[in-house]
Amino acid sequence: MHKLTIKQMADGLRAKTFSSRELTTHFLGRIEAHDARLNSFITVTADRALAAADAADARLAAGDAGPLTGIPLAQKDIFCTDGVRTSCASKMLDRFIAPYDATVVRKLHVEGGAVMLGKCNMDEFAMGSSNETSWYGPVHNPWDLERVPGGSSGGSVAAVAAGLAPAATATDTGGSIRQPAALTGLTGIKPTYGRVSRYGMIAFASSLDQAGVVAHTAEDAATVLHAMAGFDPLDSTSLDREVDDYSAGLGESIKGLRIGLPSEYFAEGLDPAVRSSIEVAIKQFEALGATVKEISLPNSPLSVPTYYVVAPAEASSNLARFDGARYGHRAEGVKTLEEMYKRSRGEGFGAEVQRRIMIGTYVLSHGYYDAYYLKAQKVRRLIYDDFRRAFEDVDVVLGPTTPAPAFKLGDKSEDPVAMYLNDIYTIAANLAGLPAMSVPCGLVDGLPVGMQLIGNFFEEGRLLNVAHQYQQATEWHLQSPAGFA
Amino acid sequence: MSLTPEQIQQVAHLARLELRPEQLAPYAGQLSSILEMVDQLRQAETDEVLPMAHPLDMVQRLRADAVTASDQRERFQTLAPQAEGGLYVVPKVIE
Repeated sequence: MHKLTIKQMADGLRAKTFSSRELTTHFLGRIEAHDARLNSFITVTADRALAAADAADARLAAGDAGPLTGIPLAQKDIFCTDGVRTSCASKMLDRFIAPYDATVVRKLHVEGGAVMLGKCNMDEFAMGSSNETSWYGPVHNPWDLERVPGGSSGGSVAAVAAGLAPAATATDTGGSIRQPAALTGLTGIKPTYGRVSRYGMIAFASSLDQAGVVAHTAEDAATVLHAMAGFDPLDSTSLDREVDDYSAGLGESIKGLRIGLPSEYFAEGLDPAVRSSIEVAIKQFEALGATVKEISLPNSPLSVPTYYVVAPAEASSNLARFDGARYGHRAEGVKTLEEMYKRSRGEGFGAEVQRRIMIGTYVLSHGYYDAYYLKAQKVRRLIYDDFRRAFEDVDVVLGPTTPAPAFKLGDKSEDPVAMYLNDIYTIAANLAGLPAMSVPCGLVDGLPVGMQLIGNFFEEGRLLNVAHQYQQATEWHLQSPAGFA
Repeated sequence: MSLTPEQIQQVAHLARLELRPEQLAPYAGQLSSILEMVDQLRQAETDEVLPMAHPLDMVQRLRADAVTASDQRERFQTLAPQAEGGLYVVPKVIE
């Protein structure tokens, strides 16, 4: 059953081939059987899932079902879930039971009728590219258990790649949907900034954070994203704009599609085997009628340094709310208010979160603001302008998602800068606010490779169709890790 | 840009983080290497460039000043490390 697409599951539910309870029980059984090897879930909500499945079965029987009614999904543990622990993979929130639902959770589960299997592991507060910063331990890549699944949405991708959930929510501040999707052979999409509500999604860097989905196919991603997206008055940066019908747009030919290949994304630092996989994919697109053109995004080499000013600055401000007073971890035996703040935060946050809070505090501090934060905001505009110019000539930008396939656990955890360079191709889309996705396009030594597609503002529908057309002609998205058949 | 363990101590104080003494030197090395990477920004010519705070040129949306949520103080306070009589309890601030 776990090999079915979401569409096939929805058809099966309607044809009474199986019930949502049977489907849900199957996935809960797979989690039970396999997750000890992956550590992809922080919390499994089995009882709630079965109750939700029964409710979905009743809706299906009454003919009152939507495209996701009765479909099991997993939630990244960054989304608040009413009555269920929402930890953000931090000791700080280990005992935090969210008192409300994030809008994404409400739309998918309360309104959409999807069944929540549980909450997925992730890098602590979504800060990391390997899922090694989680307080609940690292997640293992189902393709090779000694390797990282990528991050920060490492639990979401490991669960989906191993067939423990058909799809999962994820979030992307600098590549946290696309990079792990690439490293586990999944299709992942980060929509335009503002397309999906950030209400109830624990904030890391508010001008960059955006929610999306990881799934096996573009078709499944389209179904889930459509249910998540839309205007939300509770998020002041939400886009007040109609959501396209992503599924309806999937049949369009890509004949005449203009694809731009940024020379900077194929420069030094790209693994030659990854490059070959991308080149084969480009040939496939040409065979489908697309035209290809080399372009330049001259400021993209500055996206990592820009990000490591902007994101920590916003994080240091957002994470100031964790003070030990109202919720979250409080140190024992504190005598003064300042001691309460300092010790609670010293004990509650892990090393990567502390590093980013300190970098952010430093770049925003008196005397350094102009040199770092203001400078980074200016370079951010240069990066944005590069894309604006590029989209005058091309419809989508294509390149690798990551410089190399999944690396080994522990390889980069002592060297933050080496870790940050994993996101060298993904960060620019966050800085510019553009929709982007990763699509599986090869295997190198048995490890998945992803290509990245970046679209113009609001064109997630076009990206999904481009990926879908590619997946109609290729089979990379159908590969799955041998140990999780 | 290179940071000393003393500067790390100062930044940690500003960020209200208590660090153990043995954390200072590793953090100093790691934060220095991050700032060194960030220094690449100096290459960019930005004299005529407007800073960009946000990807969409949007203005803050306003809403009517109306009550839309119900009082959930008791529920929220069950999450507090220490609450009493409807108040959050913290160490004494004023002597």
